[in-house]
Amino acid sequence: MMLEARRITLSYGPHEAVKDVSLHLEEGQCLMVIGPNGAGKSSLIAALSGSKPYAGTVLLNGQDSKALSPRGRARLVGVLSQRQAVHYAFTVEEVVRLGRYPHRKGWFSGADPAGEAMVDRALAWTGMGEMRSRSILSLSGGERQRAFLAQVLAQDPAILMLDEPADSLDLKYQKTLFELTETWARQPGKAVISVVHDLSIARRYGSHAMLMHHGKCVAQGEKAVVLKADNLNTAYGMDVYAWMRDLSRPWI
Amino acid sequence: MTPSGEVPSGTSPALLLLMGKDRRSEGYGLAAWLVMGAVVIAIALLCISLGSVSLPLKVTWQTLWDAILGREAADGVAASILVHVRTPRVLAAGLSGAALALCGASMQGLLRNPLADGSTLGVSSGASLGAVLALAFGFQLPGLPYAGTMLMAIAFAFLSMLLILALAYAFDRSFSTHTIILVGVIFSMFAGSLITLVMAFSGEKLRSIAFWTMGSLAGSDYTQGLLLTLTLMACGGLLVLRAGELNAFAIGEENAHHIGIDVRSVKLQVLISVSALIGVAVSIGGTIGFVGLIIPHMVRLLTGPNHRRLLPASAFAGAGFLMLCDLLARTLLSPVELPIGVVTSIIGAITFVAIIFRRRGRRAA
Repeated sequence: MMLEARRITLSYGPHEAVKDVSLHLEEGQCLMVIGPNGAGKSSLIAALSGSKPYAGTVLLNGQDSKALSPRGRARLVGVLSQRQAVHYAFTVEEVVRLGRYPHRKGWFSGADPAGEAMVDRALAWTGMGEMRSRSILSLSGGERQRAFLAQVLAQDPAILMLDEPADSLDLKYQKTLFELTETWARQPGKAVISVVHDLSIARRYGSHAMLMHHGKCVAQGEKAVVLKADNLNTAYGMDVYAWMRDLSRPWI
Repeated sequence: MTPSGEVPSGTSPALLLLMGKDRRSEGYGLAAWLVMGAVVIAIALLCISLGSVSLPLKVTWQTLWDAILGREAADGVAASILVHVRTPRVLAAGLSGAALALCGASMQGLLRNPLADGSTLGVSSGASLGAVLALAFGFQLPGLPYAGTMLMAIAFAFLSMLLILALAYAFDRSFSTHTIILVGVIFSMFAGSLITLVMAFSGEKLRSIAFWTMGSLAGSDYTQGLLLTLTLMACGGLLVLRAGELNAFAIGEENAHHIGIDVRSVKLQVLISVSALIGVAVSIGGTIGFVGLIIPHMVRLLTGPNHRRLLPASAFAGAGFLMLCDLLARTLLSPVELPIGVVTSIIGAITFVAIIFRRRGRRAA
C-alpha cells in the first residue's frame, strides 16, 4: 500500500476541518477527492502531505510520514497547491529546477544530467518548454499553474497530490493535465490524489473517489459506488444528477 | 542578460558558463567571480590612495606591496598613513558593506519582502543599544579601546536575536515570517526608545553617542577587519551555501516545504547568520542604513532574483558601495568628516526614488 491514513483530524483553532478521516491508496490508483466548499478537501491534502500539523497517522510506503525527513517525504509526495503567489521574477526554468531539490546529493555534488533531463521532460509535458526563459511574473494564472505543475513533475514523487489543479487552466490544458496524471498513475510505483470540483472529471479520470462533507468522509472506494446519486445529493444538498443531465444536454 | 534572466539564443555554452548561466549550477562562472573581485580590489586601491593626503595609485600599490612583503617603505609617513590608517578603514568598510548587503539580500528572499533588510529583524537596533550603553557608561576593556563597545554590541545583537526568536515562537509555533517581522519591528521600536532614553541622560557623552549612531568607520583596525572576515566567511559562507533554499523561500514558504526543504531549520540558520553579521558590522561601524536595502535591489535588476547570483553579486557590490561612501564621507567636506550613515542614507534614498520612478516609467511605457 502506497499511502494509508488512519483517523486523520486537522484543526484550525477550535474548528475541525478534517474529522477522523481514514483512507488508503494503492499503486496505480488515481483517487479523486470531491465535495462541496468547506468540506475539508484541501485540509486533507495539507495533512497527508505534512504541510499542516494533524492528529492521526499517515503511512507512506509503510513509513510514518512524521518520522521522515523533509527531503525523504518530498521524494514520496509532491504537491501542486491551489494558488501560487510569486513575488520575484524567477524564470520558469529556475522554478521547475527547484523540484529537483529532494534528489540533490549535496552542496558540491556537481552536475545532475538525469535531473536536468527530468526538468526538460517536465517542461515539455506541460507545454512550457518555449517559455522556460520567461519570468514567472509575466505569465498568466494558467501558465503559472502549468509551471508549478512542471515543478512537481520534475520532483518525480511516488504520490502526486493535486489541490484543485485545473482551476486556472483552459480546456486544452485541463485535458492535458488530467491525461498526464492518468499516465503518471500508470507508471510503476506511482499514484495520484487529486481534489476536483468537476464531477465529470472525477468520473472520467479517477480510478477511485472519496466524497467529503463537513470534514468527514461520506463515501470512498470505486468511483461508480462513490458517485451514486444518494451520496452526492446528501453532500451537495441538491439533485446533482438532474443538474448534470441538464448540463450535458446537446447544445450544439 | 535581461533582468528576467533571459539569455539571447545562440550564446555559446562557454560564454554562458562564464556569464554564470551554467544551467546546472545557476551560479556564476569563474570569470564573473574574477571580474567582480578585480573591480572591488580596484575600488579599494582607489579609496586607499585618496584622502586628506592623496597619493598616486602606483605609489599606493607599491607601498602596500612593500608592507605585505615586510620591506622598508621609501616614504615612511605615506606608508604609515596607508598601512595603519587607511587600509584597515577601507577593509572594514568593504567587509561591512559586503556583510550588510548579503544580509539584506538574504532577508529579502527569506521574508519574500523587498523592503526587508538586516535591520528588519530588530537585531541591528539591539546591537546599537548595546553599543550606546557601553559608550554612555564607559564600559571598556583594559588596553583595548574599542573592544568594550564591540563586545556589548555583539552580545546585545545575540540577546536581541534570542529574545525576538523566542517571542516569535511563543506567539506562533509555526514560526511564520509574518510573526517574525512583527516582533522584529516592535523590538526595533522598543530598542530605539531605550537608545533615546540613554542619550537623554548621557550628558557630555551625547555627542560621541550621536556620532556613533550615525555610523563611522574612523579608527577601524586590523583586528576588526579580521573579526569581520571570519564572521563573513562563516556566516556569509553559510548564507551563500543556502542560496538554493533562499530561492525556494523567495518563491513561497509553502512551496519550499513541498519540495522538501526543512523550513524551520533553514530559517533559523539564515536568521542566526544574519544576526551575527549585523551584530559584528554594527559593533564596528555603527548604524549604517540603506546598504542592505538598496544594494540587493540594484543588483537584482542586473542579475535577476536567483540567490546563487544575487548573494555573491550583492556582497561585492555592497563592499564597493560602502568603500566609496566612506571615501565621500572623509573627503567631501575635508577636514570635517561626515558620518558614513548620513552618506549612505542620502545616496540610498535618492537611488531608491530613482529606481521606483524608472520602474513606474517602464510599466507605463
